[in-house]
Parts: sequence; structure tokens; C-alpha cells
Amino acid sequence: MATRDRNGRPVVAVTGMGMVTSLDVGKAANWKKLTAGESGIRTITRFPTTGLRTTMAGTIDFIPLEQPSSPARSQRFAELAVEEAIAESGIGGKGHFPGPLFLAVCPVEVEWPQREALAKASGANDTVRYDDLIRAAGCGGFRSFHERFLFGSVGEGLAEQFGTQGSPISLSTACASGASAIQLGVEAIRRGETDAALCVGTDSSVSPESLIRFSLLSALSTSNEPAGEAVKPFAKNRDGFVMAEGAGALVLEDYDAAKARGAKILGVIEGVGELADSFHRTRSSPDGKPVIACMRNAISDAGLTPDDIDYINAHGTGTPENDKMEAMSSAAVFGERMKTLPISSNKSMIGHTLSAAGAVEAVVTLLTLEHQRIPPTINYKIPDPAIVLDVVPNVARDAKVTHALSNSFGFGGQNVSLLMAREPA
Amino acid sequence: MAEPRREVWITGIGIVSCLGEGPDVHWTKLNEGKPAADTTTFAPCVVHPIVAIDFDKQIPKKGDQRQMEAWQRIGTYAAGLALDNAGVKGDKALLARMDMITAAGGGERDLAVDSAIMSGLPKAADPDTFLNERLMSDLRPTLFLAQLSNLLAGNISIVHGVTGSSRTFMGEEGAGCDAVRIALARIEAGQSDITLVGGAHNGERKDLMMLYESGGYLLKGEFRPVWERAQHPGFALGSMGAFLVLESRDHAQARGARPLARLSAVLSDRSSRKPGAATAALEGLWGKLAGKTAIDDEAAAIISGATGAEPATAEERAFLGRHPALPVRATGTYIGHGMEPQFSMNIALAALAVNHGRLFAPADRSGLEKPMDAPLRQVVVTGVGHWRGEGLALVEAVN
Repeated sequence: MATRDRNGRPVVAVTGMGMVTSLDVGKAANWKKLTAGESGIRTITRFPTTGLRTTMAGTIDFIPLEQPSSPARSQRFAELAVEEAIAESGIGGKGHFPGPLFLAVCPVEVEWPQREALAKASGANDTVRYDDLIRAAGCGGFRSFHERFLFGSVGEGLAEQFGTQGSPISLSTACASGASAIQLGVEAIRRGETDAALCVGTDSSVSPESLIRFSLLSALSTSNEPAGEAVKPFAKNRDGFVMAEGAGALVLEDYDAAKARGAKILGVIEGVGELADSFHRTRSSPDGKPVIACMRNAISDAGLTPDDIDYINAHGTGTPENDKMEAMSSAAVFGERMKTLPISSNKSMIGHTLSAAGAVEAVVTLLTLEHQRIPPTINYKIPDPAIVLDVVPNVARDAKVTHALSNSFGFGGQNVSLLMAREPA
Repeated sequence: MAEPRREVWITGIGIVSCLGEGPDVHWTKLNEGKPAADTTTFAPCVVHPIVAIDFDKQIPKKGDQRQMEAWQRIGTYAAGLALDNAGVKGDKALLARMDMITAAGGGERDLAVDSAIMSGLPKAADPDTFLNERLMSDLRPTLFLAQLSNLLAGNISIVHGVTGSSRTFMGEEGAGCDAVRIALARIEAGQSDITLVGGAHNGERKDLMMLYESGGYLLKGEFRPVWERAQHPGFALGSMGAFLVLESRDHAQARGARPLARLSAVLSDRSSRKPGAATAALEGLWGKLAGKTAIDDEAAAIISGATGAEPATAEERAFLGRHPALPVRATGTYIGHGMEPQFSMNIALAALAVNHGRLFAPADRSGLEKPMDAPLRQVVVTGVGHWRGEGLALVEAVN
């Protein structure tokens, strides 16, 4: 008899997880630091920050790379997370993963070092135009740029290395991307298309131009010193998010298939909700309607009610707008219970890993379920009277957690909520 | 046990390219058989520039238009055309539960800012500080929003109100194929009732030409049809937007919508691109396609997404050579290569062809494209990425 969820569909299990953040490599090391309330945010040393308003980020410079670029880092972080996840899952064989790849990755683009190399090669004096760069590009010495800076580059590299099946899907729903990757895997398994899916989120956006872009939108914290105290989700003095790097990987499997091969079940993805917002390009609808409906969609997709949820892994970016809207929307969904329902933000410690966040935070949420311990929201020193929440301030807490919701809300109005639980009894 | 798959109809298409906007002008131009391209504006690169568009017709607020770069305006416009064509434009309740998958690139640069920085960097006393200062003062804050891949979908939500869901696939040609594949699979399985799917591309971008030229993929000098470039390979970038409204048959019938065509299958793969690998991948997909639905040699044709770049085009030609009974048309000859939206564009043109019940004229002196007079009921759409990604779709007439 096939196992079915509350809505009569195949159950989607998680059998392997891996993660890399600015705190460390690997889920055990990360879990230890997350529950100790440590911060991975540090002063940027990758490039000079003269003249920049924000000079800290959750950069990962402790993983060596031969030819550093954003896609090269994204790929390397993802490789480490995937290796960990596949090893834990024990699925497939070396270079063979028996399912598709769904990859959340930051949009790839040619960077300044490449433009400068082409400009130099063009021999243009005084004024350098794109015509000069195109001419230099055509001379044949820059073929590696093409493959590295295609949008499909990172996905192709991972598909090749891990031997995933079919066409790898690279996707972006901005800050919800990691959750969207998991959602695509959940849907494919529910459709019966595959017994397994590799869902990954990775991001390594910290470069002068990306930092400046977010800075010009006034989205970033400027609390540069001390860097570890920059991200202050839900606190009154929160002043923006902090860019960060990282990767999270999950092996999803049809529950019965996983059990049949004797895999250990780390948890299940019970429900996924999404809803887009048409209010504004960078701001959520102030009435919270899309986010409220997104959370409700995840809960009803799981066949549960709000009363069943006992922990929320918040989007909790630390921007004045997001946290206010998320608090208000959570109150709308959970009512009076919201005053005591624990909600904490991993971003207070690891920053906003952007495209990776949904996947990284799903891994942390599953670890929360596994350990029955909630990582804190650190840097919570000045409560905001407008936000009445139990943010698990500053110190981790043991708690009974059966069903946990993880929120991801993106620039461009893309919202996804994931509902996770431990293995069904 | 999987549930029986639901039938999926194409109930709306929104297309704009160098040929014009909308189905009629595309059909007329494809039948004239006189492809052309711009060989001077970006010389030596050949491009197929977008036709002049009155964006106000689909993006009424100038403020919205100003927040977008060309690729997003083209896409938001094409999405509006598709919604109009499907008869759902402005139907707030329906659009609020309509799903959306876009295939998008992005990253459009401000060429003047880049040029000034590149010119100044070698002379700067402290190049890193110079870069930081120039970017801080010269980048338009909103340019970022025009560069983000997912903001085509974001703009469509804002302008047209499509908000059921929003996902953006990246990764050149393969993303375009997989967007339609996933949209179809979701509707077939009952995970969605109606989905807007497609993409947009601005080929008139020197920053993109720089990238593709570094790989040696651009068509330069003289314009030739796609199949006639063997000695002088390359693709001519094309600006285009192409969106489809896909809908379960039941959902379409319940709202009284008429089908343009049935979307029967979309399949994709990733091959290593070692010699023969792409041909083998296409042949593998063909086997799956033919296993699902019988292809009628008398009433079927192939609309190819061949780019003109090698070795991908020769690999596809070898595949086509194994199916000689089916007439072939490469639309890239007319509209250029649009990367992400190319596949949805070709599905739209295939829907148009089966809806007219005939194939358009050949435009090829290499001998591959042959005339077809018989009534057309099935079109296999191919997509072979210039570097990676192989895909096939089957579009059929609805009885």
C-alpha cells in the first residue's frame, strides 16, 4: 500500500542535506554555531570598500578557488553542499544521481575583471567602447568566458559532476529561489515523474557592483561595526539586510522509494505555498495579503491548520519593512497564538544568502525538527513595540517542534512558504 | 498510481519579433519567404531587431515602462498580447490564480557607464576606489531591477496582475524549453489549471554580443538563412518576446475559450555535446515522443529552432536527416536567435501553422527545407541550444 499524504499524494521525504554558510562548511558545524548564536558576518576583505556605505557581509573566503568569480564560487559552494547531502542520503553512485537537478542560483553575469581583461586586450587607447570589447572577444583568447558566464553555467557544471538526470533547471525567484527549487522537486515527485530530486540553492553575490546595487536601493544595513551585530531582525534598531553567501542542498525522495532502499528519513516536506505580489518591484504589499495567502497555501497544501504549526523559520531579513510586514502577516494567519509561537531568523547569524536562503533555511528548519531545539534570533537587544513576537531572542531554546514553516519572500513579489515535519510515525 | 494526464490546450499566443507583433503579421511574413536581417547597425554582427512597438498599448503606465529595460518591456508587452489573445486580460479573479513561468536572461548593462569606467580605470591612481566611486555615483538605482532575471515575471505581475505563482528559469535555450515542459507537466497532473509561459530577449545588446563572441558563436558579415551557414557558421541575435497561455481542456471549455492547438508533449535533455551526442539526445527524445503519440508522416512537419551556430546545427541536421519524410522550417532564418524565448516562440508559430492547417514557405537553398502542400495537423518543434540543451515539443491540431 503506497504511503499518501493528507491530500492523497506521494509523501516527499528528505534523505540527505548539506550546507555551507559564512559560519562554516557542513551541517554539523553550522548547527553548532547557529545554536551557539554565533555570527558569520564580517568586514569585507575580498575587495577594497573605500567609499561604500556598507562594508560588511557574510562572505566565504575560507574555501579556496583557482579562478574566483561569482559563478565559480556559487558552483563550489553548491558542490560542497551537494557532496554532503548525497553522502548522507547514500543515493545513486559516484557521478550518478537518479533524478533531476533544481538549482536556485544568482543570475550570472560578466564581471569587471573580465571586462577589464577584454579592454586591455583590445588595445583601445583613451576611450574603451563595447565595440572594442567585442573585437577583442572575437580574437579567440577568451573562450572560457563564454561557458563561465552563461546563465546555465553553474547548473551545467553541477549536472556534469553529480550526474543528475535530464536537463538541469536553474531558477530565480529572487530571495525565494531556494524554496522554489525545493518546490519544483516536491512537485516532480508528487507527479510521479521521478523518485528523487536534487534541490540546491547557492549564492555568492558579494562583489563591489552587487553590494552597490543593493546599497543604492537602500536595502542594506550600514551598521558596519561590529560586523557581527549588523543583522537585527525584528529589533527596533534593525536597519537593513546583510548580503551573505552560502549553499544548501537537499535530496528529496518519494517516501516509499526511500524506505524501500533503507534510507534514513530526515524529515518530510509536507506542504508548499506560493503566491506572487503585484504591488511593487522591491516592496511587499503593505497589507501583507500575498504573504498571508502564501503561508495559508503552504498550510492547506499540507492538509493542516494554523494551530498545527509550532515554529516559524522567518524570512526575517532585518529590513524595517519586511519584518514589520512578516510580523503582521503572521499575526493574521496565526491570530492570538502568534504572541507565543516561536519565530526566529537564521539571517541574524548567517545574513541573507539571497538565492540560497530558502534552501539553507530549509536545512536549518529540518535540523530544528531533528534536534528539537530552536536557533535564536541574535542581536535582539531593543524590542520593537510594534512587533509582538517570540523571536527566541539571543539564546537557543529546546522546544517540541512537530510542524515548522519556513518563509521566503522575494524582490519582484515572489513568495514561497515550505512546511516541514519529522518522519511520519 | 499516476492519475490520467489531462489534455492541455494552447489558448493564447503573444508574439513580437522583427517580423512585427501578433499572429497575423507573423503568418503573412513567414509565407512571403523573404527573410532579412540588419547587417549594418551592429556590423560586423548580424541582428534581427525588434519591430517598432507602441508599448503604451500593453504597459499603460509610463512609470512602469521606465522601470524596465528593453527585454522586460518586450516581454511584458508580449505577455499582454498572449493574455488578450486568450481572452483573459483584465479578468482579475482568473489572473490572481493564473500561474506563470518565465524563461529569462537579464543583466542588461548601461553601456555608457561601463565605457566611462573602462576608459578611466587604467588612468586611475587607485583603480579599486575609482570603480567603487564611479559605480556609487553613476549606476541608476533602478537599473538593478531591470537586470534581475526574475523581474520580467515581477513586471508581468505588476502590469497585468498575474499572481497565482511566479517562477523564472534561467539558462539560455534550455530554460525556454524547460519552462514550457514544467508548465505542461503541472497542468497535465492537475497542479495548475492555467499557466502563462514564455520569455523575452533583447538581441540588440553589445554586452551580450561580447559574451557570445568570446565563444565564437556570432554570425558576422553577410546574412544567410540558417541552413546555409555551414561554411560561415553563427547565430544572428534576434529580439523577441513570446508567451503562451496553456490551459487544461476542461478549464478552457468551462470558460468558453477556443483552442489554437493542443500541446501534446514537451521533452528535454542535456547531452555532453561530444560529437554525435546532441544528435543522439534528439533521437532519444524522438523515441519518447513517438512512443507517446503517433507522428503521421503525411500530416506532420518540423519547426526547427536551429541557430546556425556549429556544431549544434550540424548535429540537428543529422537528426533531421533520419526523419526525411517530414518537411522542415527553421524560423531562426526569419527572426534570428532569441535564446530563452526561442522555444516558446516556435511553439506559438507551430500552433499558428496547425491552426491554419498548412505549413509556411521554405526559405533555404541548401535543399533541407522542402515544400509541403498537404494539410498540416502535427508539428514537432526542436530546440538545440548553441552550447547545451536539447528539446522537442509536439503541437497538434484540435479536432
